[in-house]
This record gives sequence, structure tokens and C-alpha cells, in this order.
Amino acid sequence: MRVLVCIKRVPAVAGRITLTPDERAIDMKYLGFAIGPHEECAVEQAVRLIEEHGGESVVLILGPAEALEQLRDALALGINRAIHLVTDGEEWDAGSTAAAIADAIRDDEAANGHFDIVLLGNEAADSGGYQVGVRIGRSLGRPAIAGIKGLAVAGGVASAEQEVAGGRDVYDLPLPAIIAVLEGINLPRFPSVPGRLRAKSKPVAASNPARGEQGLDLVRLVVPQGVSKQAVVLGSGADAAPAIVEMLAGLGVL
Amino acid sequence: MGVVLVYATSTDGVADDVTLQALTLARGLAGGDSVHAVLMGDEAAASSLGHHGAATVHVAVHEALASGAPDARARIVGDLAGRLGAAFVVGPGTEEGNTVLARVAADAELPFAANCLRVTPGSPVTVLRQRWGGSLQEEAVIRADRVILSVAPHSVPAEATGGAAGVEPFTPDLGATDLVVRVARRVPAAAAGVSLADAKVVVSGGRGVGSTAGFGPIEELAALLGAAVGCSRAVTISGWRSHTAQVGQTGTRIAPDLYIAAGISGATQHMAGCKASKKILAINKDPEAPIMTMADYAVIGDLHQVVPAISAEIRRVRGV
Ligand SMILES: Cc1cc2nc3c(=O)[nH]c(=O)nc-3n(C[C@H](O)[C@H](O)[C@H](O)COP(=O)(O)OP(=O)(O)OC[C@H]3O[C@@H](n4cnc5c(N)ncnc54)[C@H](O)[C@@H]3O)c2cc1C
Ligand SMILES: Nc1ncnc2c1ncn2[C@@H]1O[C@H](COP(=O)(O)O)[C@@H](O)[C@H]1O
Repeated sequence: MRVLVCIKRVPAVAGRITLTPDERAIDMKYLGFAIGPHEECAVEQAVRLIEEHGGESVVLILGPAEALEQLRDALALGINRAIHLVTDGEEWDAGSTAAAIADAIRDDEAANGHFDIVLLGNEAADSGGYQVGVRIGRSLGRPAIAGIKGLAVAGGVASAEQEVAGGRDVYDLPLPAIIAVLEGINLPRFPSVPGRLRAKSKPVAASNPARGEQGLDLVRLVVPQGVSKQAVVLGSGADAAPAIVEMLAGLGVL
Repeated sequence: MGVVLVYATSTDGVADDVTLQALTLARGLAGGDSVHAVLMGDEAAASSLGHHGAATVHVAVHEALASGAPDARARIVGDLAGRLGAAFVVGPGTEEGNTVLARVAADAELPFAANCLRVTPGSPVTVLRQRWGGSLQEEAVIRADRVILSVAPHSVPAEATGGAAGVEPFTPDLGATDLVVRVARRVPAAAAGVSLADAKVVVSGGRGVGSTAGFGPIEELAALLGAAVGCSRAVTISGWRSHTAQVGQTGTRIAPDLYIAAGISGATQHMAGCKASKKILAINKDPEAPIMTMADYAVIGDLHQVVPAISAEIRRVRGV
């Protein structure tokens, strides 16, 4: 089996976000970069599929030269090799991202045979486009499904599960297929030291796709006006219990 | 401005709230032109759409629509948008709305803007949309003859117009490729307690809880309050609780009457999932924790002492 997993390099934001002076990017002064939680799970799923079925796993990123860091992280977890579509760091909209990824898939498949499964995150952590997987599916003429929290592959069919009110909906997709996963589909492993060492010598194929026209074009970022309030302190430690319970009664939740 | 088509979702004969919100935003885009909605079966929901300003409700009738079939849905919406010459195709920014509209856009090779908060007609159209699950926003232009977008849930209040829609049932023309992606079977979940998404009270624990066993007192308090148990991502990635309990950007979004956050710092991605709570009580040993500026009430202290003390006090007050 051959599995491709697509990941995006994004700022590792946690606290309050500040912007660059031109308001087109997050100020990275005190931040590192990472991939989103959905994609961490997609990488883990790719590693598990190959552990179970044998074959080759490949990780792909479209991003600046520094995105090699995120590729190495995935290689350290057990992915076999990497494809780096190198950009100059500018934003790419989801349409042009998907087009470049689909082209890269065609190129790789021409040499190595098709990917049975292309895994993605359900939505990119930063831009939240909800569409790259579907667009790759359309471009390659393959079925695509999103919102997946369970996956089993047998006999050329991927059984992909969505969590819905009251249970799970199972889709049986003929392979090859495109599958966008949600965090919670698995619990990702942590990289080991030998894994990190091995990652350094795993192959990374780099190329420079053209960005093309942007259908959805970022003008500027806006930090929403949070409701900044100061919590009413009901007390300290266990002694606060009566005040808390009085508050609960006041809210009518007791 | 121009004809607007709304992708409408419904449950048992009633249009979903998020769809009525999207319809409300869509009305503002039509100008003098008409607002159409398309329902996937469930004709009974048409009246609520008319009541919220849809002039015509098209009802697609096809057996496949009972089994998810997102590509079939996209074919129906895309074909109808073409037939109507729609300038805008709008839907709710739910998993379902986003994946269907993304397919409509991919089929037509047009852009798709998910989770918009505001849309300004013009040439080009400008949108304000959510990034980072709502912790950040983006102003963007869309260059397309047909603008396809979803509306972030609960960002635009639904407003009724009191109107009535013309209802037009039709049988869509679907091909074999539209029917490949379908629900094959549904596996019912083992009956759980109060569901996180619907609970009136949620008691959540974060890294401060420290272990799987540390959730015992949190569960006890939740049981006393008829509440659901939630948690932060720090907890799920440590394996202390299953991801179904995670509140936040990549977990569940909740809007309870009261959210109790014990040992949670208040990271933006966590707050993205609980900021719609009516009231928030933070229990944290750090008076400087970021959550202190987002909560309504706070208790400073060790949750391992505070949480059992609340349960004991509730029992005392109730006399049990
Ligand atoms: C793209 C993306 C998506 C994410 N999605 C989510 C999401 O869906 N949900 C989510 O929760 N996070 C999410 N995160 C992670 C988020 O950024 C934080 O890392 C996470 O919320 C931190 O969890 P925490 O508050 O439990 O832990 P910490 O930030 O470590 O905070 C622990 C808090 O507990 C307090 N504490 C410690 N011990 C005690 C004690 N004994 N008594 C009382 N207080 C104590 C500390 O003072 C501290 O404030 C996401 C991150 C990214 C990048
Ligand atoms: N620049 C990128 N490089 C590689 N994969 C990407 C990139 N952007 C998006 N993806 C993949 O597509 C998924 C969905 O992205 P989006 O549709 O933009 O929300 C992400 O979770 C990634 O798996």
C-alpha cells in the first residue's frame, strides 16, 4: 500500500495573537512553527496504515524552505520519505495549494504507482479552508471524504467513520481515495531519539511550483475584540465552596 | 447583488438554526433579486425557510439523500445555481455545509470561503472570515462570478421575515460518480450520559488535573450538577480522557449556561470552543492565568481541594 499525508506549516500560537505591522501575518517574535492537531493525527494514521499493511508512506508539504522542519518531524515518526513544494513564504489560497499538490501527486505516481490513500487534516489550523482534500479528489477523479474519526482498510475499500448524533456513519470508499481526518481518530505517538536520527537521512524531493492566480486573496488579518473582563474572585481554596454554591444557586443550575 | 441560493440543512422537518442564520446573511446579499433555498428532501422544513425570507424553496427528492451523499448534494446545488444564474451560493459553516460547498466550488473551479462573518457585495466581493477557529479573522477578496461561501455558525442571528415560500419539488439528475461517497451503514453509539454539545452545565478539567484518576472528583461534581465532563487538549494528548470530551477549536464547541474550567489556562484554541458559554467559572491556582480575563467567576486555589469541597457543599445544602 502507498499512503500520502499532506501537512501545513503554521505558527504554534497559544496565547494572545499579535500581528506584523502590515497586518498580513502573525508576529512570530516569540513563536515557533508546528502542524495542526488534525494533521498530527493524519501523520500517525499514515504510519499505522503502513505498519499494518506494509508499503510506503510519503509526507508532502507546500511551504517555505523552513518547512523542511515539519517534514523532518513527520519522518521522525516513521514516514518513509518527503516531498517539499517550496514557496517563497507567501500565502497560497486553497485552490492553488490543491492544484500544486494534485500535480505533485501525478508526478510521483507516474514514477511509483498510485497512492491508495491521500490523508489530510480536516481543515488547516490557520486558514480553516475545509476544501484542499475535496479539490485534490476532483482533480484526480477520486472519491473524497472529510470529518473522519475512524478508518479501517481491507480488500481495496476504506471504511471511514464520521461521528454523528447517536452514533457513527460509515462510508465505504473504493481505493484510491482522499480522506480528511479529525483530531481524535488516534492518539499520535511521540518521536523517539533513533527516529529523529533516522529522519535526517530520509530522502526529501524538492521542487518549486508556480503560485498561480488567487481566487480567495487575503487582504489583512484582524484580531477580534475579545470580551476582556476581570473575573469576580469568589474566594481561595476550599473555603470558597459556600460562595460558589450560592453562585450556582443564583444561576439556577443547582 | 444578484440571485442568491442557500444550501439548506434541516432535521426532522425543521430547518437548522445555522441554516436560518446563513439565510439571514444571504438576504442582505440579494438586493432586489430573489433568495432561493434548496432542501435535500424534508419538504416540511420549507415553511421555516419561507418564514425567514426564502422566496422559493427547491426540494430535491432522491433516495440517495438519506445516506449523506455529499457529492450528490453538491451536484444538486451546483446544477441549480447554474440554472438560476446565482451570484452567491451560501450555506451553514458546519462540517456538512462546508464539505458540500467545497465540492460545489471544486466542481465549478471557483473559490470557496468557509466560515464568513460578514460579506460585502461589490466587485470584487469582500468577506470577513474566521481563521484559527475564530481566534483570528481575515479580510479577503473573492474573485469569481459566482461567490460560494459558508456562514460561521452563531455569528449572525437568524431574523424572521414572516414570509411564505413557493415550494418546488424536483427530481435531480445524478450520475454514478455522484453516488460513490455514501453512508454504507450507521453504527449506534452506546448510550452515554449527558452529551457535551447539549449539556446545560459542563465541568472541564485541564492539565492541572494531573492524571486519569484525577478526574474522579470532576466526574463526581458533574454528576451532582447533571453536567457533562469536558477537558482541554493537554488532557487528551496525555491520554487521560478520550478526545470526545475535548472542548475547543479541534474538539467540540459548546454553549452551556455554565462552564466550569478547572486547571485550564485559557489558551485561545480552548476558549474558541467555550466562549459561547453564558457564564464561566475558572478554578486555577494561578491568579495570573489568562482565563482570569475571560471568566466571569474565579476561585484561586488547588482544584484537588476546591472541586471536592464544592461537591461536599452541594450535598450539605441539599441535605444528602
Ligand atoms: C491548531 C490548534 C488547535 C488546538 N485545539 C485545542 C482544542 O480544541 N482544545 C484545547 O483545549 N486546546 C487546543 N489546543 C491547545 C491549546 O493551545 C493549549 O495547549 C491547551 O488548551 C492547554 O491546555 P490546559 O489549559 O489544560 O494546559 P496548560 O496551558 O498547561 O494550563 C494548565 C493550567 O492549570 C493550572 N493548574 C495546574 N495545577 C493546578 C491545580 N492543582 N489546581 C488548579 N490549577 C492548576 C495552571 O495554573 C495552568 O493555568 C490547540 C492548539 C492548536 C495549535
Ligand atoms: N500548504 C499545504 N501543504 C500541504 N498540505 C496542505 C497545505 N495546506 C493545506 N493542506 C492540507 O489540506 C488540509 C485542509 O486544508 P484547508 O482545506 O486549507 O483547510 C490540511 O489540514 C492539510 O492536510
